[in-house]
Amino acid sequence: MTTAEWLDIGWVDQIPVRGSRTVQVEGGDDIAVFRTAEGKIFALLDRCPHKHGRLSQGIVHGGAVACPLHNWRISLSTGEALGEDKGCTPTVPVKIDGGRVLICRASTLKAAA
Amino acid sequence: MEHRPLKAETDAREHLVVIGNGMAGCRAVEELIARDSNRYRVTIFGAEPRVNYNRIMLSPVLAGEKSFDDIVINDAGWYAGNGIALIAGDPVAAIDRAAKTVTTRSGAIESYDRLLIATGSDPFIIPVPGKDLPGVIAFRDMDDVDTMLAAADAGGDAVVIGGGLLGLEAAHGLSLRGMKVTVIHLMPTLMERQLDEAAGWLLKNALEARGQTILTGADTAEIVGNGKVEGVKLKDGTLIPAGLVVMAVGIRPSVALARDAGLAVGRGIQVDDHMVTSDPAVLAVGECVEHDGQVYGLVAPLWDMCRSLADGLVEQPTGYRGSVTSTKLKVSGIDVFSAGDFSGGDGCEDIVLRDASRGVYKRVIVKDDRIVGAVLYGDTADGGWYFDLLKKQEDVSQLRDLLIFGQAFAAGGGAADPKAAVAALSDDAEICGCNGVTKGQVVSCIAKGSHSLDAVRGTCKASASCGSCTGLVENILTLTLGDEVKAGPKTMCKCTSFGHDDVRREIVAQAMRSIPEVMQKLHWTTPDGCSSCRPALNYYLLCALPGDYVDDQQSRFVNERMHANIQKDGTYSVVPRMWGGLTNPTELRAIADVVEKYSAPMVKVTGGQRLDIFGIKKEDLPAVWADLNAAGMVSGHAYGKALRTVKTCVGSEWCRFGTQDSTGLGVKVERMSWGSWMPHKFKIAVSGCPRNCAEATIKDFGIVCVDSGYELHVGGNGGIQVRATDLLCKVATEQEAMDHCAAFIQLYREEARYLERTAPWIERVGLEHIKARIVDDEPGREALRARFLYSQSFSQDDPWAQRAEGAEAEHHAPMARFTPQKELA
Ligand SMILES: Cc1cc2nc3c(=O)[nH]c(=O)nc-3n(C[C@H](O)[C@H](O)[C@H](O)COP(=O)(O)OP(=O)(O)OC[C@H]3O[C@@H](n4cnc5c(N)ncnc54)[C@H](O)[C@@H]3O)c2cc1C
Ligand code: HEM
Ligand code: SF4
Ligand code: FES
Repeated sequence: MTTAEWLDIGWVDQIPVRGSRTVQVEGGDDIAVFRTAEGKIFALLDRCPHKHGRLSQGIVHGGAVACPLHNWRISLSTGEALGEDKGCTPTVPVKIDGGRVLICRASTLKAAA
Repeated sequence: MEHRPLKAETDAREHLVVIGNGMAGCRAVEELIARDSNRYRVTIFGAEPRVNYNRIMLSPVLAGEKSFDDIVINDAGWYAGNGIALIAGDPVAAIDRAAKTVTTRSGAIESYDRLLIATGSDPFIIPVPGKDLPGVIAFRDMDDVDTMLAAADAGGDAVVIGGGLLGLEAAHGLSLRGMKVTVIHLMPTLMERQLDEAAGWLLKNALEARGQTILTGADTAEIVGNGKVEGVKLKDGTLIPAGLVVMAVGIRPSVALARDAGLAVGRGIQVDDHMVTSDPAVLAVGECVEHDGQVYGLVAPLWDMCRSLADGLVEQPTGYRGSVTSTKLKVSGIDVFSAGDFSGGDGCEDIVLRDASRGVYKRVIVKDDRIVGAVLYGDTADGGWYFDLLKKQEDVSQLRDLLIFGQAFAAGGGAADPKAAVAALSDDAEICGCNGVTKGQVVSCIAKGSHSLDAVRGTCKASASCGSCTGLVENILTLTLGDEVKAGPKTMCKCTSFGHDDVRREIVAQAMRSIPEVMQKLHWTTPDGCSSCRPALNYYLLCALPGDYVDDQQSRFVNERMHANIQKDGTYSVVPRMWGGLTNPTELRAIADVVEKYSAPMVKVTGGQRLDIFGIKKEDLPAVWADLNAAGMVSGHAYGKALRTVKTCVGSEWCRFGTQDSTGLGVKVERMSWGSWMPHKFKIAVSGCPRNCAEATIKDFGIVCVDSGYELHVGGNGGIQVRATDLLCKVATEQEAMDHCAAFIQLYREEARYLERTAPWIERVGLEHIKARIVDDEPGREALRARFLYSQSFSQDDPWAQRAEGAEAEHHAPMARFTPQKELA
């Protein structure tokens, strides 16, 4: 199911709590979709601003994910590196509707391009 | 229709018809009457055959704390006295907006000038087989309560599906009424929408202590029964007997009437700031509406909505601006409060207070000097205060340090400096509740030479148990010593004031069983830890509770979660186990096939005597493993804090210098120790003679065969800082070599800190300590070995095989695929 602006990518429950899943975008980078301990859903380009680590494979804690390659902490809501590190990963707006996760089509295309 | 006023037809006033005799509908009428009691003629239709009552008090009615009469808001006299016609028990079935009429189920037609829809919500019924069986009910109105009370009279088992506010209140009531209650909750944490993991865990414990069975992470497959409900079956096959099933999994705004009438409906009936729908003659209020994209499931927003609605009806519009809500669980004796946003995020700072001895957890989330959320468990006295600060968006920077202690403390005499607060304490004020230590005792122990936190913990025991008074003790140290305070040993991470050893000791001493439990009992200062402490705690629990602890996948580093090594381009490398470095044509063929089939760009012989296949995609991993499994190979754990390889040389079977069968021994050792999780990676080697071709003296455990037996070496490391092994001892037989190896591994597993290799561990504790435990103490060694083998009986389960069979498939497959031209596949 798709609408013009939002891509329906599946049920919230398909994403493990404190974990993530990816959305493959043909011809571009994956989008990582995270679910925090509190049940909030965030989507980011699956690419660390440091050396392109797959953020979807990191450990999620609080509102951040620790990159699996060199442990930078990336904010899930803004994509900014936290602490001393500097850099930013594009974010993708998300909305939840009746338990379904929808991500913004335009941002997905832009981020993954 | 007994209340219909006789003069209705001759009444010239505008006619306001209200659909829904619930909390919002009646409140709206009350607000209207308060503004202008004469303006409208009012008729209220209610589906329920009774007057308006306080729905939130159904829980206390169920629990036996209140009767229905106690919770009535407006009795028959109110309707009559205000000239309101109440038509109860005959729901409205259709709205005709063109004719401006409503039609009830019985066929009665009523025309309106203004229509107010206040139909509330419908319980969400999960679409499983058996959902319509008698005995399966929701928890929404008085009829549901009557059904539950009748079931409780008969006794027996009840299942509540849904561990949110409603479900837990139902479970509480039923259990007070004598039923044996099981709560099935899909999420890992109870009330996850209102509570964080820590508070959810405390709540679960408290409810279990009251005799309820709480199953989290449990997914309902079906409700079973012949003619009436007999039980609930979970997706994992468990069958829970039940004579009553209460579904409390959520609510949906009741919008059917509005949608059929062609009004704009999103998640709820869409209204503007004056609660007017897409038709100017039709208003809507309560849980059935969507305002500014929000729908609500609590009463507080209704009050605000009803005020704006009434202002609009008397043409003095004000406008509703949305509501911030807070939640309290109405289960007597268990205090839970939550408000605002507790999901953290940028610029958000958590202030956490945990008091294990009182079962208290408090968390206040501050952003830009304003409170944005609060979660309180056990002590909710300050909930109202925090909520007030939150709603008013007050600047709390002045209160910051004392905020978490509550209003009385923070507002107390402007002593906004914690040190001043501590200085002001009298000598007999209790500092450490767990060990009953007063401020005077702490001061005198510092005076006697305990100049660090650790020394204080070691002498007078203050802050040595739960750690909640650590801040106080530290302040006393600075007050007493000024700058002479010695920095304590490194803490595990910034989430705790405890070091690794303290945490491990307490896990065992207090028989802790889960990560949230450790965080609560040891007063973690963050809600769910960080990427340093979570993997460590997961390991410590795994080590302490073999066979029992359920591994937390989300607390594992990527490689251990994926059972493969992530490479810098995001692909993975796969290293199957080759026992003792031996292989055969079947294995080699299978590896060659995998390399071709999945176009692996490189295969490399590792330094650990096995083959590493590079460039495998995450999605292909399960298929690759299935192919390798088919040829008899299992995971080599090249990715884990675990046994990696056992490197061997050819030994006496072939080599002219060989003294023993080093290859054969290597295979046996690897078969014994593979699959075990360790504080860090662990490598073993067996050389057939002192020429040591297998480089056994830079391994964690190295065996060098000699004519008279086996030299056992420990604590070696290649790495950045090369360290040759220390000689542990010499033994005569293969069996003794294996036994010592097992005992050494277990000692390392139990005593080393997470991420500490054997080399730094031995340098820290000293070789003599290791010798005393492994060589000199035979019963001790035997016990260590037995513990290792016991734990191995649970861990030698090939993780690849489980994944190849489809376990945890979500780790490998993307959730969706998006082809920009073709949209979603
Ligand atoms: C057991 C329980 C405990 C709760 N506890 C709390 C709590 O602690 N705190 C809190 O803030 N909230 C609580 N709530 C939620 C709170 O009760 C609701 O937010 C509130 O009742 C919503 O008011 P409403 O008027 O929108 O809907 P309701 O009160 O449900 O009123 C809607 C009414 O409309 C009637 N109706 C529906 N369709 C028609 C029709 N076609 N024709 C005629 N009538 C119709 C329904 O029968 C119902 O009587 C609780 C709810 C329940 C069930
Ligand atoms: C000091 C930090 C070290 C790091 C971070 C490190 C990292 C790694 C990594 C990531 C792999 C896996 C490669 C893959 O399969 O994708 C690996 C494998 C290996 N490393 Fe290291 N290594 C370190 C030190 C050493 C040292 C000191 C030695 C030997 C003296 C060593 C010997 C090996 C061997 C033999 C393998 C292959 C293991 C196997 O077959 O399972 N490493 N190492
Ligand atoms: S240098 Fe060490 S860490 Fe780097 S790739 Fe080679 S083995 Fe791995
Ligand atoms: S690539 Fe993410 S931290 Fe280096």
